[in-house]
Amino acid sequence: MMTVDIRKKLHAGSGRIAMELQFDVRDGELLALFGPSGAGKTSVLRMIAGLLQPDSGTITVNNEAWFDSSGDLNLVPQRRDVGIVFQDYALFPNMTVRENIAYGLKKDQPADVVQELLDVMELIQMEHVRPSLLSGGQKQRVALARALARRPKVLLLDEPTSSLDAALRVRMQQYVKTFHEKHRMTTLLITHDVTEVIRLASRVLVLEQGTIKMQGAARDVLPLDDLRSLL
Amino acid sequence: MIGPFILTLKLASISTLILFVISLPVAYLLAFSSFRLKPVVEAMVSLPLILPPSVLGFYLLLAFSPERSFGGFLDEYFDIRLVFTFTGLVISSVIYSLPFMVQPFQSGFRMIPRALIEASYTLGKGRFETLIHVLLPNMRAALITGTILAFAHTIGEFGVVLMIGGSIPEETHVVSIALYDEVQAMHYHTANIYAGILLAFSFVILVTVYSINQRFTNNLFRP
Repeated sequence: MMTVDIRKKLHAGSGRIAMELQFDVRDGELLALFGPSGAGKTSVLRMIAGLLQPDSGTITVNNEAWFDSSGDLNLVPQRRDVGIVFQDYALFPNMTVRENIAYGLKKDQPADVVQELLDVMELIQMEHVRPSLLSGGQKQRVALARALARRPKVLLLDEPTSSLDAALRVRMQQYVKTFHEKHRMTTLLITHDVTEVIRLASRVLVLEQGTIKMQGAARDVLPLDDLRSLL
Repeated sequence: MIGPFILTLKLASISTLILFVISLPVAYLLAFSSFRLKPVVEAMVSLPLILPPSVLGFYLLLAFSPERSFGGFLDEYFDIRLVFTFTGLVISSVIYSLPFMVQPFQSGFRMIPRALIEASYTLGKGRFETLIHVLLPNMRAALITGTILAFAHTIGEFGVVLMIGGSIPEETHVVSIALYDEVQAMHYHTANIYAGILLAFSFVILVTVYSINQRFTNNLFRP
């Protein structure tokens, strides 16, 4: 289980935000963090990953503290065991698809993990290709495979389908769903897409101006009009 | 006739090698950290860009002089003389060409998207592994440009060499000095050959740098 209890003053495009958040993600759960841009969603993810330091609070994963302002503890990203899919993919341009995925392997991990991911994500035909030659959907699959390769304790997805067209988005969501059902990784999904929340998440937090406005099952919490348009 | 060329290439090669080792950490530090004295360090590194070489040469001459504390210390305890020697020329070349390598390296580091570095960290890799596997391979254009520019700049060095090297055959008699000497002696034909070769060399170097930049920057970091 991951427990997050953090406070942070942020400078967003819309002005200053005093973020104050308390939530947990249960083992194997896929929790969505939903909200408009500028609500502070990506900052939450960066604080969990150790890329941004909260002003105060705690972040605990499976009873291990990753951040604790009272004990002056702040683990570096390398020691946090997270996998991130960045919004703009952040694939290494100098490495092939296979090399990108293999880069994150832990020392004791067998190399056939890479092969399995290439198969599952249907990337085998382009394993020796560099990212600049891939389409958006392919890049996103490589980014997901790379984050999954080290079997992290926590998987963080930052708007993983926002730059894809509708058909590819559904397909990408299917990859996430399949993998999550198989491996039950504790996952935090950031999104501003209602359909994505409904398709993937068991629970959703609605974030506005750095605080949680609502939380619960997707169908109970999200704007009804958007839901109707889905039907 | 060929002697000054060999000496110049030797000087430029050794200086460039030393510069590469110094410039990488300096550029990394300047690109990724902020500390109060950073503008001072940046100004010191860049000083040779605007300072007349003779000014730099003059101060190096004072520092290297066996009559003074630093030069005297080297002379007394290590039996090293830096004035009018090849070693002295190498040291002054390194100082003189430092900004020509540090600045391209620094902007090379800065051009790498922050997300790539963060991705590497979250994949469990430390600063050194990230430098070797992510930063350096993705800034090859900057590495090549900086190296070539520093090499070429050392080849064209004149003022500093004149001040602290003099014109000692096989020791400090580099091409630019040889050219000056030939003109002084009114041997215009030989001077013409030296000048022509330097001109052609410089032109080829610049065309190479611009071609590399064009090739590398065209298709890197397309999202």
